[in-house]
Amino acid sequence: MRKEKDALRAIDVTKIYGEGDMAVRAVDNVSFGVRSGEFIALVGPSGSGKTTMLAMLAGLLTPTEGVVKIAGNNMNELSEAKRTRFRGQRIGFAFQASNLVPYLTALENVELMLRINDTYTRKNRVRARELLVRLGLEERLKNYPEQLSGGQRQRVAIARALIHEPDVVLADEPTASLDTERANEVVATFAELIHEQGRAGIMVTHDLRMCKYVDRVVQMVDGQITHIISEPEEIERMAANSEFQME
Amino acid sequence: MSLPLFLAVREIWHNKGRFLLISMVVALITTLVLFIAALAEGLGNGNREYIENLSGELIAFQADVDLSASASRIGRSRLNEIRRIEGVADVGQVGFANATIVFDDGEDPLDVSLIGVEPGQPGDVSILRGKPLRGSRANEVVIDANVAARSEIQVGDTISIRTIQGASEEFFQLYVVGLSSGQAYFLRPSLIVPFQTWDKIRPQGVNERTDNGELISNIVAIKLINPDQTVQMGRLIAERVDNLEVADRKTAYEAAPGYSAQQSTLDTQRYFSFFIGILVLGGFFQIQTLQKVAQIGMLKAIGASNWRIGLSAMLQIILINTLGVAIGALGSLGLGATFPPAVPIEFSRDALTTAVIALLLIGPAGGLVSIFYLLRIEPLTALGLAQ
Ligand SMILES: Nc1ncnc2c1ncn2[C@@H]1O[C@H](COP(=O)(O)OP(=O)(O)O)[C@@H](O)[C@H]1O
Ligand SMILES: [Mg+2]
Repeated sequence: MRKEKDALRAIDVTKIYGEGDMAVRAVDNVSFGVRSGEFIALVGPSGSGKTTMLAMLAGLLTPTEGVVKIAGNNMNELSEAKRTRFRGQRIGFAFQASNLVPYLTALENVELMLRINDTYTRKNRVRARELLVRLGLEERLKNYPEQLSGGQRQRVAIARALIHEPDVVLADEPTASLDTERANEVVATFAELIHEQGRAGIMVTHDLRMCKYVDRVVQMVDGQITHIISEPEEIERMAANSEFQME
Repeated sequence: MSLPLFLAVREIWHNKGRFLLISMVVALITTLVLFIAALAEGLGNGNREYIENLSGELIAFQADVDLSASASRIGRSRLNEIRRIEGVADVGQVGFANATIVFDDGEDPLDVSLIGVEPGQPGDVSILRGKPLRGSRANEVVIDANVAARSEIQVGDTISIRTIQGASEEFFQLYVVGLSSGQAYFLRPSLIVPFQTWDKIRPQGVNERTDNGELISNIVAIKLINPDQTVQMGRLIAERVDNLEVADRKTAYEAAPGYSAQQSTLDTQRYFSFFIGILVLGGFFQIQTLQKVAQIGMLKAIGASNWRIGLSAMLQIILINTLGVAIGALGSLGLGATFPPAVPIEFSRDALTTAVIALLLIGPAGGLVSIFYLLRIEPLTALGLAQ
């Protein structure tokens, strides 16, 4: 296990939904860490606890047991208001399908992060524009989400997840609504930016082919970690082997 | 621009049609409320102006007529009895009758209230232009602002009055000496004439002449030495003088037939309109909120605080509501200006201000439910999880 240099660390994290007979152990004693500049995939079949894990890493859900630390800060110890502020400043989110604000343009959706963090400066606005250009959306800056394709929307979401220079970037099934070609494009760019900018990236996915862009694969089944794969050849093999495809 | 205002405005702009529609509903409700208020004011004024402005704190009616001015009869001999009571400064006979102003240039005749007053005594009116009435039997008249608004009559003119005397019509010429503020009574514009002139020209049945020639008025206007003592003095006067009921001005006009019923009906309509407004706005914004649950969860997840999101929603409601009220208020005033003076619609500044302030509050009031709901949306919904 990695120690203090990890940007994000989960230590003995457990989440139990409900009580008594109805109790569901969605995440069971999970520990792992992610360093800055490292991109990992959280994989596993549906219902294995990936989203629950991600919610706890984001401070959206309090673990029943265990601790989540981001850049050394214990998420559970922050008040609700501080946690919200912390999320805005230190975490970037890309959600399933499109979770853009429908009444804001592509550029405004990215700039939204700057407004939330009160860093809406000329310099940052230029950066937002440049990031979208880098993601191939030069012609689409003034378009509303409804005028964009699924892949374009997901690239806007990636820009929004990165523009405020967060410590940690969390993505839940970012390729869920995309065809294979589009999915590869999106995740490749995502990985490139995470490495380049030195963020700690975590992507939840059930599409193992997407693992070829990550540095490490954490596999969960029934709330527990079953495999951690960090050998590049092994990841390559897993991503290429269709028998590993889930669902 | 702050984040809450930015989100509020951008959403409105992107859904202009939908939000404008709701503003138009607010505008219509505003128009309704303002017209009901104006009607209440107009009808109310028409029924009370003279009494409300009366130069005297108390009004004496004949007992047992339920403060009905037209049913009340008070002989002149009673006047002295009232005047002698300590604390009474002065008294004046006042009579009401119907008359019609006829015009020789073919203009439609104008029905008016003919009010007889003793010049210079309580009950007489103050003059805006021209001179007050002088002699108590002169053929002079003061017109009120309502007459001036509905006809071309000016100070210095001579007008013809038609009344019914027994079975026949009689005509009188009166010289207009002055103009007073609005003195409407019984929902008609008013002519104010000296009391004895009034007694001469008022309509009367064939055998209605007074038995011993005593002048009979409908009411007596009473001016007190101390205007604050209306309650005690009213009781004292009623006690000392037989067959008399005494009321202050407000009690007197509220007792006018139909006045209170009319005003409370209009008030009820107004409150219902407010209530409808609150429900319509509340419903609209609640539906909006329900449609945006995932999006709001996402905004909270990426770091937008509860208070900024709540403030944004509140600002949006206020903007939409204010736009609607502004359109409705300007529209009402524009529309109101096109009505002829005979329509009893009066946009008084006070009533208008009160109504507009109340209307500006229906949005926030209606939006409260949706804002409470919005505050309780969990950021977890952004991930498709909910506790
Ligand atoms: N709010 C909840 N209450 C009870 N059980 C839940 C709740 N949310 C998720 N679960 C259960 O927890 C387990 C893990 O769910 P989830 O984290 O969504 O898995 P994944 O994202 O891997 O599909 C599943 O069995 C699911 O049914
Ligand atoms: Mg999931």
